[in-house]
Amino acid sequence: MELVRRIGLGLAAPALAFVIAAVLSTVLLVSTGADAGKFWDTMLTAPEDRNLVNIINGAAVLYLSGIAAAIGFRMGLFNIGVEGQYRIGSFAAAVVAGEAWLPGKANTLLAILAAMAAGALWAGIAGLLRVTRGVSEVIATIMLNAVAGLLVGYLVKKVGVSTGVSTNTKPIPEDGWVGGFQIFSGVTAEVRGLALLAPIAGIAFYILVNRTTFGFNLRATGQNQSAAVASGVDVKRMVVISMLLSGLVAGLIGMPTLFGDAHNYGSSFQIGLGFTGIAVALLGRNNPVGIAFAALIFAFLDDRSGLLNILAGISPEIIAVTQGLIVLAVVIAYEIVRRYRVNLEQAAVARQIVESTHEEARA
Amino acid sequence: MASADAATATATATEAVRVEGITKRFPGVVANRDISFAVRAGTIHALVGENGAGKSTLMKILYGVQKPDEGTIEINGEPVSLHSPADAIVRGVGMVFQHFQLADNLTVLENVVLGAERLHGIGAAAHAEIKRISDTYGFGLDPDELVETLGVGERQRVEIVKVLYRGARIIILDEPTAVLVPQEVDALFANLRGLKKQGHTLIFISHKLDEVRAIADEITVIRRGTTVETVLPSEVTSRQLAELMVGSELPSPSTQESTVTDQVRLQLAGVEARDPFDRVLLSDIDLTVHAGEVLGIAGVEGNGQTELVEVITGMLALSAGTIRLGEHDLTRMPTRRRRELGVGVIPEDRQRYGLLLDSPLWENRILGFQTRPPAVNGVWISRGGARADTARIIEQYDVRTPGVDTRARALSGGNQQKFIVGREMAGEPQLLIAAHPTRGVDVGAQAAIWDHIRAARRDGLAVLLISADLDELIGLSDSIKVLLRGRVVGDFDPQSVTPEQLGSAMTGAGRD
Amino acid sequence: MTLAPPIPLAAPPPAEEARRERLLRGLLWFVGAFVLVSLVRVVTGAIDVDSSGALRGSLVAAVPIALAGLGGLWSERAGVVNIGLEGMLVMGALGAGYFGYHYGVVVGVLGGILLGLLGGAVHALATVVFGVDHIVSGVAINIIAPGLAAFLAKALFSDIPGGGPTQSPPPGHPPTLTIGPVADWAAELEAKHWFVISDLSAMLGALVRELSSLTIVALLLIVATAWVLWRTSLGLRLRSVGESPSAAESLGVNVYRYKIIAVLVSGSLAGLGGAYLAMVSSQGYQNGMVNGIGYIGLAAMIFGNWRPAGMLVGAALFGYTRTLQLRGGTDSLHALLLVIAVLLVVVALRQLLTGQRRRAIVTTVFGAAFLAWFLTTDSVDAAFTGMAPFLATLFVLAFASQKLRMPAADGQIYRKGSAG
Repeated sequence: MELVRRIGLGLAAPALAFVIAAVLSTVLLVSTGADAGKFWDTMLTAPEDRNLVNIINGAAVLYLSGIAAAIGFRMGLFNIGVEGQYRIGSFAAAVVAGEAWLPGKANTLLAILAAMAAGALWAGIAGLLRVTRGVSEVIATIMLNAVAGLLVGYLVKKVGVSTGVSTNTKPIPEDGWVGGFQIFSGVTAEVRGLALLAPIAGIAFYILVNRTTFGFNLRATGQNQSAAVASGVDVKRMVVISMLLSGLVAGLIGMPTLFGDAHNYGSSFQIGLGFTGIAVALLGRNNPVGIAFAALIFAFLDDRSGLLNILAGISPEIIAVTQGLIVLAVVIAYEIVRRYRVNLEQAAVARQIVESTHEEARA
Repeated sequence: MASADAATATATATEAVRVEGITKRFPGVVANRDISFAVRAGTIHALVGENGAGKSTLMKILYGVQKPDEGTIEINGEPVSLHSPADAIVRGVGMVFQHFQLADNLTVLENVVLGAERLHGIGAAAHAEIKRISDTYGFGLDPDELVETLGVGERQRVEIVKVLYRGARIIILDEPTAVLVPQEVDALFANLRGLKKQGHTLIFISHKLDEVRAIADEITVIRRGTTVETVLPSEVTSRQLAELMVGSELPSPSTQESTVTDQVRLQLAGVEARDPFDRVLLSDIDLTVHAGEVLGIAGVEGNGQTELVEVITGMLALSAGTIRLGEHDLTRMPTRRRRELGVGVIPEDRQRYGLLLDSPLWENRILGFQTRPPAVNGVWISRGGARADTARIIEQYDVRTPGVDTRARALSGGNQQKFIVGREMAGEPQLLIAAHPTRGVDVGAQAAIWDHIRAARRDGLAVLLISADLDELIGLSDSIKVLLRGRVVGDFDPQSVTPEQLGSAMTGAGRD
Repeated sequence: MTLAPPIPLAAPPPAEEARRERLLRGLLWFVGAFVLVSLVRVVTGAIDVDSSGALRGSLVAAVPIALAGLGGLWSERAGVVNIGLEGMLVMGALGAGYFGYHYGVVVGVLGGILLGLLGGAVHALATVVFGVDHIVSGVAINIIAPGLAAFLAKALFSDIPGGGPTQSPPPGHPPTLTIGPVADWAAELEAKHWFVISDLSAMLGALVRELSSLTIVALLLIVATAWVLWRTSLGLRLRSVGESPSAAESLGVNVYRYKIIAVLVSGSLAGLGGAYLAMVSSQGYQNGMVNGIGYIGLAAMIFGNWRPAGMLVGAALFGYTRTLQLRGGTDSLHALLLVIAVLLVVVALRQLLTGQRRRAIVTTVFGAAFLAWFLTTDSVDAAFTGMAPFLATLFVLAFASQKLRMPAADGQIYRKGSAG
C-alpha cells in the first residue's frame, strides 16, 4: 500500500508534465494552422523496426549525455559544460583515431581513452576554478562551452584535411571502425557497436552512486554540504573528482557516431547534445533508470520529427518545443510533488506520535 | 499616519498588548499552548523560558510572521488579526530579530528605509531622520556606511533604528543579548531604558535570568509552550525564576557519584585559531577531559564555543597548539580520521551539520560512518547493515518515527536529536562532543538525552558538553570551564558553583 | 563566529564617495587605454584598429550584448539567475521580425519586447512561484525558445516574399541619426591619421553618422537602470530581495512581487536586444542568429561586477572584439595583442606598487606571453578573438573574484514565510 502510493507519487509528476506538454504543443499547432490530428497520428503510431534502431542509437547518445550531467547534479554541481566536453572529447578521439598510431582496434581503444581524458580535463578546469578560486561552475562551464566550440573549430582547421566542401579531421582507417549489429532481421539499419557504452556507463553510474561510499559522499555533499564536511567528506576533492567523472562520460557521447558512422570530426558533427543531456537528466531525476526512459522518449520524439515533415507536413522543430516543455513542466511538477510528499510524511509522523501517546495512556 | 494613531491609542489604553489563549501547532509539536499575558504600556516586559519553550514562535505570531491556530491578540485595546509583518508594522509593532535581518551589501540608510520609503523618501530627508534617531538615543550610526563593515552591537542598533523609524511604540526584542559582549549588553540596556523613558513599550525575550531581573518591570514565565505566571522582579530571586522556568524537573547537582578516571582522553594544549582575516577566534586554550568525565563549557554564545568544537573535529585549522586524543595526535588530522579514532559529535545545529534532511533515516545512519561497519563494507554501502542498525537505534533511543525509510525532515526536533545521539553512540566513541544537545527539543527528549549523556559518562567516555543552559551544565558536568572572547577565563566545580558565579565569569564581570 | 566587534582600520568612505572614485578611476583607465590604442595604431599602422567603421560596428555589436547584460543585471539584482536570456533574445528577434514586417518598426520593437517578456514570465513562474532551480529553468527556456522560433518562422515566414522557412522578411530599420557636417569634418580629420586627434575624430564619426535611434534608446535604458535601481524605492526593494529576502520580508516587502517584476523587466530587455539584432544588426530574424549573445551578455554583466557602468564596459569590449573578428582584420587583431601586453605590464606595475608581488609576477608573465605572441606572428586567427569575451570573464572571475560583489542571495530559492 505504502509502496504503491510512493510509486504513484513518483509517476504523477512525469505524467502531469507529459499532459501539459501535449496540450501546449497541440495548442501551438492548432494556432499556427497545422493539422494537429495528423500530428497525433504520427506521434502515436508504433515505430517500425527501422525506426526502433534509430531510436536506440539516438537514445544511447542522449543517455551518455544525461549520465554525464547527472553525475554533477547528484553532487549539487551544475555541469552546464557537457556540450563543450563532448566536443573536445570527440575531437581528441577523432585525431587519435585518424592518426592510427596503434594497429586496428587497439588504436580505437586509445582514441576512446583520449576522448575520456580530454573531456575530463576540460571539465576539470571548471572543477579546479571552483575549488581554488571559488568560481561558480555554472558560469565557468558556460564560458568554457563557448571557448571549446571556437577552439575545436580552430584546431579542425589547423590539423584537418579539406574535402573541398568542408574541413574535417583525418578519416579513421577502416580497421579502426566499430561496426554495428542487427537486432531485427530484414532491416539493414544497425545498432551502433559503441552504443553499448551507454548501458555500461549506466550500470557503472548506478553502482558508483548508490552502492559505494564514494557515491554516498557525493550525494551527501549534494544534499547538505555542511553536514558532509562535518561527517569527514573532503568536499574540494569531491568537486574535482566529480567534475572529472562528469567530463569523462561527456567525452564518450560522440563515440558511437564517430566510430560507427561519421569516421571523422568536422562541422557536420551534431551539436547541442550536451544541452539535451541536461534535459534528459532532469526528466529522469538523475536516476539511471529514469534517465534511460527519458533518453528513449527524447530519441523517440527526435525520430518522429523526421516523419512529421513527410507524413503530416508539420515542421520538425515542434519536437524541440515539446521536449523543452516536457522538461520545464516536469521540474515544476516534481517540485509540487516534493512539497506534497513532505507534508504527507510530517502528517504520518504526527499521527504516530499521537498513537504512541495513546498507547502510553492505556498502559 | 498609522503610527500617529498608534501613539494616541497608547496614551489612552493602559495595556499595550494583551494575548489570550494563543495556540500554535506544527507537524508533530505543539509550540504554543493557551498562552495568555498582558503588557502594560510604557513598561519593559520580559518573557522568559528555556530554549525550546516556545518564545520565538510566540514572537513571530505577535509580529505577524506566523498565524496562531487559536487565540486572540489585542493591541492597544483593539482586537487585531495579523497576516504579515506589514500588518504589525501598521499597528506600531516592531521587532528586533535574534538573527539580524540586515542586507550586508546595503547601507545603513537603505536597510532602515526599506519598506518604509513613503515616510521620508530614500534621500536627504530619510538621512536626516535616521541621524536624528541615532543622535537622540546616542546610537552613533552613520547612515551611509555599509552594514557589512559594522560590528555586532552596531548592527543591533541598526535593527532598533529600523523599528523606531517606522514609528513603532511597541518593540519586541528576541534574545537581544545572546550575541553581545558585556559592555555591549550594558549599552543596550541603557538604550532600552532611554526608549522606555520616551514612552515606548518593550517586550524583552530572554532566558538569562540576571539580565531579565535587571531590566524588566514585569516578567512572564513560559514553560513547555504555555504561560506559567507573571511576576515582579523585585519579588523573586533568580533561583525562584529558574524553578518556574523548568518546573519540577530542575536538574539538581551533586546527585551523581563521580566516575572520573585518571586516564586522559582529550587534551588541548596552547590551542589558537584565527579567521581568514587573521582575527583571533581562540587563544591559549588548555584543557583536559578524562575518561568518565563530563567537562562543561560555559559562555555567552559567540565566545568561541563553535570554534572550539570545530578545531577538535578538524573543520577549523589551528594556528598554534596541539590536540591529542589518547595517544593519537589529532592536530593535523582530517575530520574523517578523527571520527574513525572515536570522536563523536552532537552538533549545535543538527539540521545543518548532523542530517541529510531529504534522505531516509537509514542513509543518515551512514553519515559520519562512511568508513565503518555495520553501515558500510569496504568501499560498499551495506544497506542491510545500515537498516538493521537504524532499526536498533529507533528502538533503543525511542525515536518516534514510522520506520527506517522515513526522511529525516519529517521528524520532530527532539526525535531528530535522539536519532543523532543514538548514531554517534553507535560508533563507540572515545570522546563525545555534545553542543547544546537539548536546544529546541521537547521536555521528554531533553530528559532522555540527559540520561544518555549520564550513561555515556558511566561507560567511561570523555564528554565535552557545551551549553548555554547553566543548569544543564551544573547538573551534568564534573567540572566547568568558562569561555570568554575565545579564552578560558575560569574553572569551576559544579558541586559548589552557583549560576550567579558562572554568569559573572561569563560576562567578565569579576575581572574588569 | 563573531567575537568582539571588529575594529575598523579606517573610516570607510561613504557609498557616494566610493561611487565617484570608481567613476574617476574608470575614466582614467579609459583615457589611458585610448591613448595606448592610438599609439599602437601609429606604431603598427593597423588603421582599422579604431577606425570610425570599426567603432560604429562595435557599437552595433555591443548594444545587444549590453541589453542582454542589462536584463541579467535586473534579474540577478533581485536574486534570480537568468541564463534563459539567450532564449529570450531569440524570441525577441522573432517578434521584431514578424511584427515589424506586418505593422511597422515601432510595433516591431514592441513585439520583440513582448515576446521577451513572455520568456521572462515563464522564468518567473518557474523560479519564483514554483521554486524551480534557476539554472534548470534557464536551460529549459534555452531549449524551448530556439525550437519555438524556428517552428514559428517556418509557419509565419515561408510564404511571404523576402522571407523563407528560416528567416523573416526585412522588418525595416528604426530611424537613424546623421549630423552631416560634423560627420564629414570628423571623417576628414580621421583620414589624416594623426596621433590621438584622428582617433578622437573616429570616435566622434562613429557617433554622428547613421546612429540608430534604438542604440540611443539602449544607452538611455542603461542610464535609467542605474537610476531606478540605485535611486528609487522600487530599486531599493528590488535589490533588497536579491541581497536578503528574509530581511525584506520582515519589513513587509512582498519578495515574490519584486522578484517577478525584475524577471519580467529582464525578459523585456532581452527581447529588445533580440529586436535590435533583427532590425539594426541585420535585415530581419534568422534561425541561429543569436548564437551565444545571451551568454556574452551574462559574461559582460559578471565582468562589470553586476553594475550598469561596468556591464557597459564589458559589452563594449566584447562588441569590439567581435567586430574586429567580423571585419576580418587580422592586422587589427594582431595590433591588439600589443595593446593587451602593454596594459598587462601597467597592471603589473600597479600591483607591484601596492605590494602584491606574487600577482605582479603572474601578470608580468601573461604580459610577456602576449608580447611574444605579437612579436612571433603576423596575424591572429579569428577564433581567438571569439574566445576573448569568455576568457576575459574567466580571468576576471579567477583573479579578481575578491573584488566582485554579486548579490548575496543570487540564485537562491526563497519560500514565503521564511523571515526571522
